[in-house]
Amino acid sequence: MMDILNILLSESFWAASLRIATPLIFGVLGALICERAGVLNLGIEGIFVVGAMCGWMAVWLGAGLWGGVLVAALAGGFFGLLHAILTVPLGLSQHVSGLGITLFATSASYYTYRTALPNVSSPPRIEPFQPLDLPVLSDLPFLGSVLFQQTALTWLALLLVVVVWYVLNRTALGVAIKAVGDNPDSVDAQGLSVYGLRIGAIVVGSALMALGGAFLTMSAFDAFFFGMVNGRGWVCIALVIFASWRPGKALLGALLFGAFDALQVRLQTEVGALVPGQVFLMVPYVLSIIALVIAARSADYPRALLTPWFKGQR
Amino acid sequence: MTKSTVLKLNGLSKHFGPVIANDNVDLSLNKGEVLALLGENGAGKTTLMNMLFGHYLPDSGSIDVADEAGHLHPLPLGYPQVALASGVGMVHQHFTLAENISALDNITLGSEPLFALRRNRREARRKIEAIMAQSGLTAPLDTPVGRLSVGERQRVEILKALYRDARILVLDEPTAVLTPQEADTLFQNIRQMTDEGLSVIFISHKLREVLSFSDRIAVLRHGKKVGEMLTADADEKSIARMMVGADTPELAGSELTPGDPVLTMTDVSVPGRSKRDTLTGVNMTVRAHEILGIAGVSGNGQSGLANVIAGLTRPEQGLIRVDGVEITSPTPAKMVGAGVGRIPEDRHHEGIVGAMSVAENMVIERLNDPEVQSYGLLLREDIQDNAERLSKAYDVRGPGVDAPARLLSGGNIQKLILARVFDRSPRLILANQPTRGLDMGAAAEVGKRLLNARARGAGVVLISEDLDELLSLADRIVVIRDGELHEAPGRDREQIGLMMAGEPA
Repeated sequence: MMDILNILLSESFWAASLRIATPLIFGVLGALICERAGVLNLGIEGIFVVGAMCGWMAVWLGAGLWGGVLVAALAGGFFGLLHAILTVPLGLSQHVSGLGITLFATSASYYTYRTALPNVSSPPRIEPFQPLDLPVLSDLPFLGSVLFQQTALTWLALLLVVVVWYVLNRTALGVAIKAVGDNPDSVDAQGLSVYGLRIGAIVVGSALMALGGAFLTMSAFDAFFFGMVNGRGWVCIALVIFASWRPGKALLGALLFGAFDALQVRLQTEVGALVPGQVFLMVPYVLSIIALVIAARSADYPRALLTPWFKGQR
Repeated sequence: MTKSTVLKLNGLSKHFGPVIANDNVDLSLNKGEVLALLGENGAGKTTLMNMLFGHYLPDSGSIDVADEAGHLHPLPLGYPQVALASGVGMVHQHFTLAENISALDNITLGSEPLFALRRNRREARRKIEAIMAQSGLTAPLDTPVGRLSVGERQRVEILKALYRDARILVLDEPTAVLTPQEADTLFQNIRQMTDEGLSVIFISHKLREVLSFSDRIAVLRHGKKVGEMLTADADEKSIARMMVGADTPELAGSELTPGDPVLTMTDVSVPGRSKRDTLTGVNMTVRAHEILGIAGVSGNGQSGLANVIAGLTRPEQGLIRVDGVEITSPTPAKMVGAGVGRIPEDRHHEGIVGAMSVAENMVIERLNDPEVQSYGLLLREDIQDNAERLSKAYDVRGPGVDAPARLLSGGNIQKLILARVFDRSPRLILANQPTRGLDMGAAAEVGKRLLNARARGAGVVLISEDLDELLSLADRIVVIRDGELHEAPGRDREQIGLMMAGEPA
């Protein structure tokens, strides 16, 4: 018991939690924007892979770190656009299209990687984002190492929480996105484009998802591996429900999951001899299922989620 | 009050396939006037207004709308945006509100620049509050619309139009969802607004409110404008006659003596979720060789009645006998077994399984029949032969009996259902809106089949909103209103019309 307490009080545990949470924050925000507009984007898992691969490869080809971030976002936006065209004007099943996008995007990324590097056994490394060493702040006890030694992408994720919150709650665009996810007729009757709003939300949301992937290859690690996304996209889909489609709660959910994950790694080293390691790997998922069960009961789904809308049919 | 014209509809026509929704309709509206657009269901009122608002493109005709200075200009057709900008506001029967945002956000939606970093909510609030003060329409502005009452939501809808500077307001059956008190308040507000120069068209089929609140009345019937008068010169009788037509069609069936009762309902009550499926103390007898017509304005309990007869709802109290046998705790299977054949109201969703073949749909109500299955295996050849035979006998046309039923046209889907129902020679036929949306030929076919069944000795319950259809087919007509049945004293359409509208006969 003391061991767990020691872990929970350690700086490295909280620093790790925030680091693990970062890609999830990008992913949840992206999924949240799509779903607020009324479209489920199960392409998220594949878009993570695309973001991870494209961001890394762009840097490897010499685009620079921020150039890599931009390329990742554009690539994510492209697959988002594909999903948007299939689900919005064509009104196809959002589940089927999303899963298709995930399979397609994942395979296309692996294919590109293998085509570019046919014969390497270990992937070439890039120089990833370094922790921002802010003078004075970084030297603060506890907070200094937890908050102020994260990379620029973590800061970007935290900033985006605020931006998404502001847009959804304080701007006309946000009001329109929420309205189109609740009752597209309300938007249409007021002369706004249902298709335009939805497609835009999906493209932007998908770009954010890809940043989550880019964080993996450009900050958490320094190279691209097969299978490195490892279900993070699916976790985000669950976290959106946990968050009731609110950016603040999305941050909380991502941090919670990050903390579970960080805890499980440390528990493994503490009591790993007694229990098989796989049990610990399950911990974050089991705990998120439990958290989801509790949160989802009061979940307030966007009413038009999953429902295609066609012009002129009311 | 000035008498300048603010709106002119010139010869508007609209067809949906073979169905004529509007036929050469002229209409004009003066400034500050309340025009009531009256007509039965399906008379074309909503279609006409949807053309005005740009939701539908007319086949022919034109629309002129006055600008702020009062000069008439032709309105480009088919663009809701342009209609909005020209000062035409429409409040649909089904609200177009997002429930997760506030009334203020709903009202301002679409009128602010989307990509501005800041919204000028204060300015918007000031404008809305000024409109509320002027019109008397009030609603809480900051509560999510999902938590507002129906009356408040409707006021938000109207405020939406006024916020966009509507000079002409179209209200599609505004009182359908309101309590009488809310309706009274609404009409007071409308008066207040017309005094300020707003012109209003409201669609209704309630005679009383039309007489007390409108300046002028236009009546549509079968898509045509059949009359127009000043409200001051009108009375209930003259309007009712105009709505339902003066000529009573001939009874199409031959004289037959009704036989034994095939359906008896005694004191049947259903506490429905809404007015449309609520029944209160219904007593009804249908005899062999008899078609009983159920007339009524839609949503007055027709669904409830149909669901009870089909076995879909179990009544809270009351007795149901089919062919003299009491049916306790009815289910659809029991009712079918007792000899009830059902022609459902929504033929596409309740009448067929669209993904299954025509042949399968033709036997879907008797899957236990040894002609259809043996030891749980379908007898595919017999089902096929059955389908070929029925398709020929009932003239079901389409891509063949193996094709999915959803590929059939509406008229042929109805023929498929008729074939399925009539082939079993049911004792009682429940026909709910059997000709709605069908063209003349298909509708005549349905009528002929119903009359044949009657001659054979079946009893028929025919629910219809088309009084002409009832008068030409039914031996006897009862009016359903607020979930209660009222025997019509005769075949006088004026009197039936009045009873439907809730006036004492």
